[in-house]
Amino acid sequence: MSGLSIEHVSMRFDLPNGSSVQALEDVSLHLKEGELMSVLGPSGCGKTTLLNIVAGFLAPTDGRVVMNGEEVTGPKADRGMVFQQGALFEWMDVRANVSFGPRMKGQREAEWGEKVDHLLEVTGLADFKDKAIYELSGGMQQRVALARCLANDPDVILMDEPLGALDALTREKMQGLVLKLWKETGKTIILITHSVEEAILLGERLVVMAPRPGRIHKEYRLPYAEMGVGADLREIKHAKGYAETREEILEMIWNMEEEIMGRAEELQ
Amino acid sequence: MIGLALLAVYVGIFVVSYLVVRYFVHQSISGFTARKTVTFGDESAVTPNRIASVVSVVTIFLIWGSFTGSAWVPGFLHAPAPFVGETSFTYTLEAPDGQRDDATVFVHVLPFGEKPEKFTVPPGDGFAKDDAVAMTASRSVTILFDRNDEVKRKDGAHVVAIDGNPISPDTVVKTGIGRFALTDKGAISFQPPTGLQMEPIWLPPPESVVQRAVEIARDGYRDTTLWGHLGYSLFRVVVGFALGALVGIPLGYAMGLSNWFRGWFDPIVEFMRPVPPLALIPLVIIWFGIGETGKIILLFLASLWIMAIAARSGVSGVNISKVHAAYSLGASKAQIMRHVIMPNSLPEIFTGARVAMGVCWGTVVAAELVAATEGAGMMIMVASKFQLTDIVLMGIILIGVIGFGIDILMRKAEKILVPWKGRS
Ligand SMILES: Nc1ncnc2c1ncn2[C@@H]1O[C@H](COP(=O)(O)OP(=O)(O)O)[C@@H](O)[C@H]1O
Ligand SMILES: [Mg+2]
Repeated sequence: MSGLSIEHVSMRFDLPNGSSVQALEDVSLHLKEGELMSVLGPSGCGKTTLLNIVAGFLAPTDGRVVMNGEEVTGPKADRGMVFQQGALFEWMDVRANVSFGPRMKGQREAEWGEKVDHLLEVTGLADFKDKAIYELSGGMQQRVALARCLANDPDVILMDEPLGALDALTREKMQGLVLKLWKETGKTIILITHSVEEAILLGERLVVMAPRPGRIHKEYRLPYAEMGVGADLREIKHAKGYAETREEILEMIWNMEEEIMGRAEELQ
Repeated sequence: MIGLALLAVYVGIFVVSYLVVRYFVHQSISGFTARKTVTFGDESAVTPNRIASVVSVVTIFLIWGSFTGSAWVPGFLHAPAPFVGETSFTYTLEAPDGQRDDATVFVHVLPFGEKPEKFTVPPGDGFAKDDAVAMTASRSVTILFDRNDEVKRKDGAHVVAIDGNPISPDTVVKTGIGRFALTDKGAISFQPPTGLQMEPIWLPPPESVVQRAVEIARDGYRDTTLWGHLGYSLFRVVVGFALGALVGIPLGYAMGLSNWFRGWFDPIVEFMRPVPPLALIPLVIIWFGIGETGKIILLFLASLWIMAIAARSGVSGVNISKVHAAYSLGASKAQIMRHVIMPNSLPEIFTGARVAMGVCWGTVVAAELVAATEGAGMMIMVASKFQLTDIVLMGIILIGVIGFGIDILMRKAEKILVPWKGRS
């Protein structure tokens, strides 16, 4: 069976002081090939944990993840990851970063050169390919991270708040780039975000998670990602139903946050 | 006294040059700091004032020259020199029968480094006879004035006045000629004005240090050329440090990557780290003697812990996302080690290397002070035994300059090899 299945995944962290945190409880999802799913939820609801389990960095306490019919037991090149920040290799220039995956597989430049240069072109980094990472702006660094992930040709791309540290304008540009790359490459993408707008604009599917224990609260199927490919994302925000969806989700998250705060107050 | 004068002069120059530069030198600050309104406590706004640095260095040499009477410093800037030349004073001797007589003491005060030569003067009249004394500047002499007198101290004669000023065993007379006192046995103790300058044996003037440096650079010292001495010290540092790094870095990596290694070596490293290498010198000499082996082992130990700790924190300090990213890009453990962990630890290792080099340089000099047949520290130690202060100073200056040079080289290497340091 192709695609990515998250089957009844639970994750409990045992803390050194004897207590434990139920970070995820019985989460199940199935992603078909080429789907773009955004995940939204208040901070601490287990989004990163879920992504780390899918990537294979963490083993769930219960349940399993199945990738193209094969159970996930660790990180592998078929699941690429884009982090928020700090995951680039400063000791390599832009081109060496992007070609890292192919080079680790033992490919020679003749094999990866064309693909890498194409990706640099697509992500607008062609002029910066010999620059050092620390010479780039935050937005450009994230483009390098995207290109590096794509150069390795994974089946699924996992993104943990990849645009979270960028300013609003750069962020909008990058959202457009993500949509474009998604359409061009047909990759399956899970994108975690803090921003309701980003989740709606980029998510073909949108999953809202709730905290304590971390679980799936509600799922949407949205048309905006498809509409947004190659279009002006600011136009999409005026599309039919967008505002209502946004209000509904905002309200949902707002209530969750209220509940968290209320519980915190009760504890005090 | 000299200390206070020095401090006063130094503070004075500091303040005056600050005021002069502040009011008379127009400094245009350029760059973004020029338009800052709040700069207090902002590190980027505080840069070393180059004028201050130059004045600071010049001041040190000026004070050095001035208080040593250097020929390189114009005379009017010299601190008051000790009295040198010919002088004389009279003493009044009282015989036991109450009779008094005056006699003159002629004193030749010779500059530092010149040997006082005895001379004679006609005895003059009366029962107290004139005396002749030769002495060195700044010293005090005890004058046995009665050797030629007709009535001696042991007969009950004693001095009652110097140049007409009454003197007794518990009064001290100070005149323009110098300071007079009577010893317990009644002899005259005399010290001509000392001025504020240092004796060369305490602090030689800069030119004699330079002259000595030229001499030693040409003729060598103790059967080894100057470059030989410095080369020996540098060689020990380089070999000791290289061995320390060669063992310490892999050890640090192992400690950063394996619980067992971490547990095994943590107590050793944490115990050895605070032990200053100098404290190991006696043990190293007992075990390995004063030859090269002992010194290199000492420097090896000095750098080993520093490098191990630097490598360990370089490994543990890796951002976990970098490792995760490399894993999901398909890298193997060995590849992550080679392409992520190792380069990522380089900045920390360089910081450690700079510290280790500094410690090694200091340690080698100290070790050579204790026992060596050649080396920068040995030069100082031997010279100090013979009170050759100029060689001691030359050695100290060379050691400082070389230590500074090593650090500059390390910083240059760091800039070239780990340009991303502190920028991620
Ligand atoms: N390694 C860990 N050890 C202990 N608790 C953890 C660990 N990682 C995450 N948690 C806990 O699990 C919960 C979910 O964390 P996370 O997945 O980071 O949330 P999110 O990414 O949605 O903000 C939080 O309560 C967090 O404190
Ligand atoms: Mg998170």
